[in-house]
Amino acid sequence: MDVFDVDDLVITGDTTAEDIEEWDSLHHIRLVVAIERAFKIRFSNTEIESLKNVGDLTKMIDHKVSR
Amino acid sequence: MLVDLEWLPAPAEDFRARLAALQAEVTGGPGPGFAERLTALATAALDDTQLTRLAGLAPRLIESGRRVDGLSSLKLGLIGDGTMSLCVAPIIGSALRHGLCLEVVEGEYGSGVQEATDAGSRMRTAGLDHALIAGDARMLGLDQAAFTPGDAEAKVAAAFARLRLVVDSLRPSVRSTILVQTVPPPLESLFGSFDRVHPGSSFAMVEALNRRIADWAGEGAVVLVDIARLATAVGLETWHEPSRWHASKLPFAPALIPLYADWVARTLATALGKAKKCLVLDLDNTLWGGVIGDDGLTGIKLGQGSAAGEAFVAVQQMALELRSRGVILAVCSKNEDDAARLPFRDHPDMVLREDHIAVFQANWTDKAANLRAIAETLNIGVDALVLLDDNPAERMQVRDALPFVGVPELPDDPSLYPRALAAAGYFEAVTFSNEDRERADYYQANAQRAQALSASGDLGDYLASLDMVCSIGLVDPVTRPRVAQLINKSNQFNLTTRRYSESEVEAIERDGSRHAIQIRLVDRFGDNGIISVIIADKGRETWAIDTWLMSCRVLGRRVQEAALAHLAAAAKAEGARRLAGRYAPSPKNRMVASHYEALGFTLVEARPDGETLWWLDLATYVAPNLPMTIRDTAAPMDSVLA
Repeated sequence: MDVFDVDDLVITGDTTAEDIEEWDSLHHIRLVVAIERAFKIRFSNTEIESLKNVGDLTKMIDHKVSR
Repeated sequence: MLVDLEWLPAPAEDFRARLAALQAEVTGGPGPGFAERLTALATAALDDTQLTRLAGLAPRLIESGRRVDGLSSLKLGLIGDGTMSLCVAPIIGSALRHGLCLEVVEGEYGSGVQEATDAGSRMRTAGLDHALIAGDARMLGLDQAAFTPGDAEAKVAAAFARLRLVVDSLRPSVRSTILVQTVPPPLESLFGSFDRVHPGSSFAMVEALNRRIADWAGEGAVVLVDIARLATAVGLETWHEPSRWHASKLPFAPALIPLYADWVARTLATALGKAKKCLVLDLDNTLWGGVIGDDGLTGIKLGQGSAAGEAFVAVQQMALELRSRGVILAVCSKNEDDAARLPFRDHPDMVLREDHIAVFQANWTDKAANLRAIAETLNIGVDALVLLDDNPAERMQVRDALPFVGVPELPDDPSLYPRALAAAGYFEAVTFSNEDRERADYYQANAQRAQALSASGDLGDYLASLDMVCSIGLVDPVTRPRVAQLINKSNQFNLTTRRYSESEVEAIERDGSRHAIQIRLVDRFGDNGIISVIIADKGRETWAIDTWLMSCRVLGRRVQEAALAHLAAAAKAEGARRLAGRYAPSPKNRMVASHYEALGFTLVEARPDGETLWWLDLATYVAPNLPMTIRDTAAPMDSVLA
């Protein structure tokens, strides 16, 4: 992902913020903003807080895009 | 238009590859054209991720210690009321678009006042060139209403005092200007329309604070960044995103970060004198609808009666208004010269006329070459030019060839051209003076003189074509201030570099043993004002020239010969036989070392320190014929009668 500026990033559904060194709170906001822009969707704060890992995130994107 | 930076072209498809190439170059040493390639990459509608990646170049450049032409390095302190971290890298990236290589020192969240007032803080000891203070209504205590006018006034005063405290404390630690943002008003109203009436509504208090910030900037104490205007321009509903404030104290919608960052960067660039100076206008489908060469004077769309015609009038009005505030106008069009000038001369609905245009380039040469010619004629850099052109292919060609030229993308609808041009912010200002107002005229007159010379080819014809009127008069109370200014400012064309204060000049005027004259030159392009001063000591036999200076603006116009003719006649009339001149070398006046020799004086003494003395025998002196009208009010009576 461009947001993390890391070239060899391997991401799976189980990946969490703890697994990626660069994934701090600032990058978290950047990531959310980039996803919202790319998929033209919006997350509420409650939704963002409910996410536990990348799998949850992709599921939520799928859900919102198909709606 | 604003939110998506639509005045900028889309980012390069190979953005990452080009950025990587630039990064490699910084490590190995930037090659020729590095700044151009960097500007080209940065001058695009980049999103915050791309801006952040681009920003990575700045610290590498700064660490490399290499100076890159066209790029100024500086250190900016950022003190914001909300979370500004997300804005830092985009500001650095956007600044590269404006020729600035920034290092940003970011204040800790919520501790702006402490960092500003603590002389040992990181902010105070960083060696800042500039600082930006980004206030927020919620942290300034203006988001909650006050219910009496007294309370309202107290809250506004407290908010302003807090900003002042930060600025005044920082000032000794900041080398140059401090920028202060205005505060966007809240979207949600308490009383509805009555908010504007009641001084204690959050809205009215924010407006009152912004008024104070504007007055403060008007005094020249700070530079204002009008974020309140930006927020209302994009719409407060888009600007304010409360969920972001609650979650992360982001002061505004993160989608607007690229826009915000560009506004900050352009204001900084303007404060550093990097604003554009000249608007270059295409003609067909930019200033009028249709093609003048094909459609003719009656076929082009311009003027009242049609929506398209009115839209083009509005474009012209905007250009003329810019000219009134000192922006130079030029034309660059692929056209026959005659056809291109026809509407300017004969179309009744043209707002712009030929005499508004400093340089008129209508030919079939490519636009980049014409833009270079315009910059050269005006004696400004191509980086001071903006091209307004409806043709996407022309825009692309100019951007490729000359990345420093501002070339806004234009929407299809001409009624939006003024909006696109304004959105780009090329002609921002941080001050406005009388001199600015006259600047377009001044550049235009100089450009016309240069063109007259190249058109005539022959210097004699050129001078004759200028219709010069040279007025010679005694120094008097009216001319004294300008005379004193010239005496104290002129370095190059100044034979002795003797400085006299205004009161000393007054004493010289009254001294019967001195002859002090000032010379004014008007030509058909304008009044050059007083451009020469001569002071002579009247001896019985010899008049000794104490001071002879001239403004370099009128070099090569034979004014010095007119001055000598006057001086010779005046000395002769009082019975003198000779003029004595002296050249005293200074570090800056080499250009006049042979001044007296060129005027026919004979060398009588050359001192070891380089000073030379010259005599002119008045019995053999013959005044030349000069290509100008002389109006001499200081001439001796008998020569007037003769």
